[in-house]
Amino acid sequence: MSVRPIRRSKTLAMLGATAVLIAACGGDDDTEPAEPETEAGDNGDAEPITLVVDVFGEQGFGYEALYEEYMEQNPHVTIEERGAGLGVGDYNDRLVQQITAGSGAGDVVALEEGTIVQFYAQLDKFVDLAEYGAGDLQDNFLPWKWEQGTPGGFILGLGTDVGSMAMCYRRDLFEEAGLPTDRDEVSAMWPTWDEYIDVGGEFVDADVDAEFLDAATNVYNTMLMQIAGNNSGYTYYDTENNLDLDNPDIKAAWDMTIEMIENDLSAGLNSFSDEWNAGFQGASFATIACPAWMTGVIAGAAGDEAEGLWDVADAPGDGGNWGGSFLAVPAETEHPAEAAELAKFLTTPEAHIEAFEALGNLPSSPQALEDDAVLESTNEYFNDAPTGEIFGSGAFDLKPVHLGPQNNAIRTAFEDALRSVEQGERSPDEAWQAARDAASGIG
Amino acid sequence: MNLQASVAPPGQSTGTPRPRRARRPSWARLDMKISPYLYVAPFFILFAIFGLYPLGYTVWISMTDTSPLSVDTSFVGTENFVRLFGDTRFWNSVINTLGMFVVATIPQLLMALILANWLNRRLRAIGFFRMAIAIPIVTSTAVVALVFGMFFARDYGLANGVLELFGFDRIDWRSSTWSSWLAISSMVDWRWTGYNALIYLAAMQAIPRDMFEAAEIDGASRMRQFWQITVPLLKPTIIFTVIISTIYGLQLFTEPLMFTSGSGALSGGTTGQFQTITMYLVQVMRTYNQWGYAGAIALVLFLLIVIMSAINFLLIRRISSDR
Repeated sequence: MSVRPIRRSKTLAMLGATAVLIAACGGDDDTEPAEPETEAGDNGDAEPITLVVDVFGEQGFGYEALYEEYMEQNPHVTIEERGAGLGVGDYNDRLVQQITAGSGAGDVVALEEGTIVQFYAQLDKFVDLAEYGAGDLQDNFLPWKWEQGTPGGFILGLGTDVGSMAMCYRRDLFEEAGLPTDRDEVSAMWPTWDEYIDVGGEFVDADVDAEFLDAATNVYNTMLMQIAGNNSGYTYYDTENNLDLDNPDIKAAWDMTIEMIENDLSAGLNSFSDEWNAGFQGASFATIACPAWMTGVIAGAAGDEAEGLWDVADAPGDGGNWGGSFLAVPAETEHPAEAAELAKFLTTPEAHIEAFEALGNLPSSPQALEDDAVLESTNEYFNDAPTGEIFGSGAFDLKPVHLGPQNNAIRTAFEDALRSVEQGERSPDEAWQAARDAASGIG
Repeated sequence: MNLQASVAPPGQSTGTPRPRRARRPSWARLDMKISPYLYVAPFFILFAIFGLYPLGYTVWISMTDTSPLSVDTSFVGTENFVRLFGDTRFWNSVINTLGMFVVATIPQLLMALILANWLNRRLRAIGFFRMAIAIPIVTSTAVVALVFGMFFARDYGLANGVLELFGFDRIDWRSSTWSSWLAISSMVDWRWTGYNALIYLAAMQAIPRDMFEAAEIDGASRMRQFWQITVPLLKPTIIFTVIISTIYGLQLFTEPLMFTSGSGALSGGTTGQFQTITMYLVQVMRTYNQWGYAGAIALVLFLLIVIMSAINFLLIRRISSDR
């Protein structure tokens, strides 16, 4: 009997304590001493704030030096970056939830080319950067890049990089197979994808202990973007965002990929998996389709031991773009003006050059692309390949490819189907049908 | 109170407690009436917020075409459910979930039973062994999945290394249905066998020793004692572990998800050969952005669990009425 009152008083005490805590928390804002501002003319602006930048990719966007510079210029701003090490798929899943919930996203967020289209339907969740003077910046970006980031005139995102295409290859494996190793000679071997397949055949015949290419899905994506850019101008969705799986460009890229699988060219790895990363270290494949941002991925995955063993040649076929991103400011941010300033700062031509030097992400700004710092740059890791020239030369002629709202989901369906052929689980025809079925379910 | 009353001299006992008794019951009654509700209130408040509301919202959302990709949401009635019943990928995930449950659970419980039987004997350092089998439970599922994922890697995995050592061919564990089910089941088993063995062990120790002694005098072998004394007496415990495993098995998610490293993990293999119901649910929601349809899948999963639980419940009732 005597226990009960005590318990009750304990409960009461705890309730009381909670109330005090809540009161204490609530009072925080009021009790914060108003810091005596030194009259530096920064009227009220100088209140210290933290801006969170959300990026993705194994090594982020290469912005570290830019953050330092910005924080030096704006001492009241602290920049925190999240997301380095996160794949674009996981990153985007999380971002969709955060944006839809209106909470949790960073002050500046990266939107990848394939996913920015999803957010066209949620423009009210973003800040129109035109309100912060971004409208004057149009000339800082390639026209098609600007267009992708500004649906209906709403400035949703400012371009960071583009992914113009090359082909990376391992010199040591080529030498072992008796193939030329000089990048110009290599480029000359495969003006088209058919010839690339022929070179692959020679490589396989040489019986080197490695496969010719890393993953069928990577060449497939590369070829699809290239073929679509030169033909229909879209992949799975037409420009009206209607699903069009009968687009002949899809089938063309698919058929060529199947031919590569059937000729045993592929190592059949799942791109961006642990085994794919291990494959770089173990030299299990000789070539990889190489959008500009892939050079950073390769250097990170293959490590110091492989420095100088990789090189960059022209991609087979004509042009093409895969990937590239934008920076946007979600409407939920508490500091829209400061976040917009930061986004603008990170997308200036100078910033593009900085990121290119840090990670090899190719600028989407014509000024940066024409800058000597990019044009004449060589990549030490890739045997001093003139990456600025190789990637940059194609960037001006890139033909934009329209990507629909569910592009990533449908691309995954086709990638799964291709991998099932690599694994021998499905025949090419079965896989094609399965991909189409899955894609129409996603619609 | 009682103590006081019995110690107090009889003459006083009638006088003093009476007025107190008259006051106390009103307090006590109030206390008795309200306190229980107060004590259970936190649970129900939390349940309402985190259980009831999401459930209600799921029912609502499953009858709409909600998607973050479209601004408008319209009511579609039972359309999502009709689509679900014709969705081969959904039924594929149901088969996978049940299949992996069977492949994982039967050997798991058998091994646990055998382990418990060994640990029930007098061994040297028995405390150490009993602790050791419990260790896997405290490791995080994600870590287990990560390590097993490397173990079953195609090119550089330990499992394939061992196979090759003995002259077998390498296996691409993720490609075929059976190899992937085996690999995932091994993760589940590694983690949960020890747990179930501990439960069996506790139950075994409650079996009176003299039953075994009597059997031994009658000349029964160890094997026979195990099958004819231990196992029948463990029946309720076995049923309990089956139920726990069923609940866990139907929600299998982390192990098959992390079995794929790199892109497309939610697809559960290239042909969905190890995609479980929960994985398909998350894929529809996150990758396909079809929140309404995902709600319908969640409800059907809920129904499936209710049905499985009902079957379990009937089984227990039958068994307990047998005894």
